[in-house]
Amino acid sequence: MNATAPASHIGTIDPVTNLLLAVDGVTVDFDGFKALNGFSLTLDRGTLRVLIGPNGAGKSTLCDTIIGRVRATSGRVIFKGQDITHLPEHEIVRRGICRKFQTPGVLSGLSVVDNLMIAARRDRRWWCSFRQGVDAEEKARVADILETIGLADRAHIPAGQLAHGEKQWLEIGMVVATRADLLLLDEPTAGMGPAETSQTAALIRRLVGQHTVLVIDHDMSFLEQLDARVTVMHQGQFLKEGSVAAIREDADVAAVYLGRTKEEKHG
Amino acid sequence: MDMSIHRDTPTPLTGAPLSGPMAGPRFSRPVALSLALVAVAALAPWLVSAYELNLLARFLAMGLLAMGLVLVWGQGGVLSLGQGVFFGLGGYAIAMHMKLAALGEGELPDFMVWSGLDALPWWWVPFKSPLVAILGVMLVPGVLAALFSWAVFRRRVGGVYFALITQALALAFATLLVSQQPSTGGFNGLTDFQTLMGVDLGSTAAAHGLYWLTLALVAGAFLGLRLLMNSRYGMLLRAIRDGENRIRFLGYDPTPFKVVAFTIGAVLAGLAGALFTLHAGVVSPALVGVVPSIEMVIWVAVGGRNSLAGAIAGTLAVNLAKDGVSSAFPDLWLYALGLVFVLVVTLLPGGFAGLVGDVADTSWAKRLKSIIVGRSK
Amino acid sequence: MGEWPLIAGQIFNGFSVASLYVLAALGLALSFGLMRVINMAHGEMLMLGGYLAYLTLQVVPGPLGILAAMPVAFLGAAAVGAVLEATLIKRLSARPLDTLLATWGVSLILQQAARNLFGAIGVDVRAPQWLNHAYTVPSGFLEGLTIPATRLFILAVAFAVMGALSLLLARTRIGLLVRAVNQDRGMAAATGINVRAVDLSVFCLGTGIAGLAGVVLALLGPVTPNVGQSYVVPAFLVVVLGGLGSLKGTAIASLIVGLFSALVQILVDVSLTQVLLLLFVIGFIQFRPQGVVAVRSRALDA
Repeated sequence: MNATAPASHIGTIDPVTNLLLAVDGVTVDFDGFKALNGFSLTLDRGTLRVLIGPNGAGKSTLCDTIIGRVRATSGRVIFKGQDITHLPEHEIVRRGICRKFQTPGVLSGLSVVDNLMIAARRDRRWWCSFRQGVDAEEKARVADILETIGLADRAHIPAGQLAHGEKQWLEIGMVVATRADLLLLDEPTAGMGPAETSQTAALIRRLVGQHTVLVIDHDMSFLEQLDARVTVMHQGQFLKEGSVAAIREDADVAAVYLGRTKEEKHG
Repeated sequence: MDMSIHRDTPTPLTGAPLSGPMAGPRFSRPVALSLALVAVAALAPWLVSAYELNLLARFLAMGLLAMGLVLVWGQGGVLSLGQGVFFGLGGYAIAMHMKLAALGEGELPDFMVWSGLDALPWWWVPFKSPLVAILGVMLVPGVLAALFSWAVFRRRVGGVYFALITQALALAFATLLVSQQPSTGGFNGLTDFQTLMGVDLGSTAAAHGLYWLTLALVAGAFLGLRLLMNSRYGMLLRAIRDGENRIRFLGYDPTPFKVVAFTIGAVLAGLAGALFTLHAGVVSPALVGVVPSIEMVIWVAVGGRNSLAGAIAGTLAVNLAKDGVSSAFPDLWLYALGLVFVLVVTLLPGGFAGLVGDVADTSWAKRLKSIIVGRSK
Repeated sequence: MGEWPLIAGQIFNGFSVASLYVLAALGLALSFGLMRVINMAHGEMLMLGGYLAYLTLQVVPGPLGILAAMPVAFLGAAAVGAVLEATLIKRLSARPLDTLLATWGVSLILQQAARNLFGAIGVDVRAPQWLNHAYTVPSGFLEGLTIPATRLFILAVAFAVMGALSLLLARTRIGLLVRAVNQDRGMAAATGINVRAVDLSVFCLGTGIAGLAGVVLALLGPVTPNVGQSYVVPAFLVVVLGGLGSLKGTAIASLIVGLFSALVQILVDVSLTQVLLLLFVIGFIQFRPQGVVAVRSRALDA
């Protein structure tokens, strides 16, 4: 593992057992284009990490690789001490990782509450779908999440009728409802106004601790509100890591965001 | 007649929250109406002629297959252009038994004798038993459908690809039946049945009994499928139809959900084929190939791909029209059928059930607008 | 005649069947790559090409009639394709499965129209003198192998069409537009490309090629109202095997299907070919579900 492993936020807990996710030297090769190039990253339980980088840096590909949507050409993804690199997607999710996609991935034909109920199911094997009745704990959890994401009064309208920001929240709610240990949130504030963005930041900060959260976003004010460690990616590789303030001042980071001329020959 | 599953009345969050689509069977108005229809249909033997009763029985049997397609295509989004194969397997299973049951010791079915066969092919032998034949009606199509769809869906081949592969299946099956004349009866298929389990099929009592059996199976399948579509399984199946990957990334494996739907569809098609064979007295490759298979889809498209009652109504309507038009003007029928394909699919994707349902709860203007814009599920 | 001429003959047959499949499947594959829809009336474009060849030969009976028939069939089928695309497929492009059903309706209508116009039995297109002979290997280990000139002609047509099409796609401005839309529809539209016009042109090109295939088919047997049906199902399987919208994939998949069908017939009854071909396709997708030529891109469907 390389230098990306941060000091534990919580302090005294043993860093080995506290390790939740380790991305170990992952390369993803799209017909010669290396979207990820020997990238490594570790996340401890209960922490929040923000991933930034210019377009094409490989942020979404990293999420894709963790969740199994894209397969690593080389390298490994270790989750809770087990190699999940080659597991089927649904198996990875059942182990405790869930992802919010860039474009809201709600099931538009189903009602808001049904979207959450599907996500909240503990037993997701197919034959369990024939069981009658609804688990009381799941029901309570969904009602709770509905309150949290502010959609309780619209629980029974089709998810497709929600406004864009509400869809984003519903999807965050679905990701949370799965009880995943690791939440991957890809641009959770896309299409939101400043007020909604702050609310989202507050929501995410409340999730940290019980969940480990990896957020991808561009919006600097959002990042400041999250106040988490930031990992900067560039051309599929690790560039920098540090606090929001430190990253803001960093000359290398500024260079990849502003002056990209000298790298263009690699593209 | 609105059987659409998308319009469950919203239940308030207080009281019995989250129970909407998962609630057990409710004797709602559509169900009560359907039961009344079944009661009227049960009187048919005294209301219509023997010929008409036979037609009705055949079309009701086909309605079983059509309801299966509602699950597979309407709810699961899986278009099968090979339902004729499963229909045929059910039909041949029962026909083989009746052929064998009519024989004395050591005899062979007539067409085998004419083709110079001197022993019964091994795969015919188990069908001497009526139990094997009746189980085979459901198990043979069921097992084939499960294996076939699992092999394709597990590799995430679906949509248009799956439809094309099912069409190839229909072609292969029909070709095989025709070419293996000595053991399948070839182009003529199997016919000339006298008795089933000692019952003389030519008698009026048998005709009435078979009709009621068909009606009972249709009613049972209707209720069973309705239950299934309102269950959590049904909800997940629709969710997979609308966003397979979203469901996958919520930790569900979509493959078995689709395999189950396809298998149930095949079992119902097998039953339909067996009943049809009993009513029609013949089963032949002409009923199972590429063209009949895709016609089965149009029954459901006309009635409404998401409506069980619509599927039955569509089956009855298309087949009655075919019976009426094609005998009088055979050329005209194919033009009409072609036009129905084009018009229903482009202008009325919800079928007539969709039209009826929408008229029931929206204004005409809205409906007209959506027809003109042509945008609907 | 030993085994070798038989096997060599079947391999040659496989190639000539493959060239028919490639001509029948190219149009399907091109439009499928672009619009994700399959035209079930594609087989009737072959039929149309066959009947147009028959009609052309009535007007131009000489030895060059068949050459005159080719542009006629191409243009005729392309014109019918244009009508079909503009009236029906355009409207349904967001619903690929419904497009299958609606175009099947069109196929029924076209077949019935052919039956009413030309009769159910079919019409014969006689190969001209210069195609009406066969080459026989006189000696050596392939002694007795006979290759009919029509089959060679079919191969030549398939190669010519493939060559012209790859040049068109690789070298011309139209080809560039097609590739752009193929890669990213939304992006292409955003840069001002008339995506609809590209769809329409590619669809017409595809149905035109099917018309050409119809002329070639007419040399092999009578043109009947459902002549297209017997070639279109294997062509569908070629699309399944070929991979999305790839010329190379379509060509390789046609060869696989053609050679498989021809070689299997050495060992088993002809009637089992369909069954074995289907099993082969299902087996194949166990290993390469994305088709012969996989387009590995970041743009996975959500």
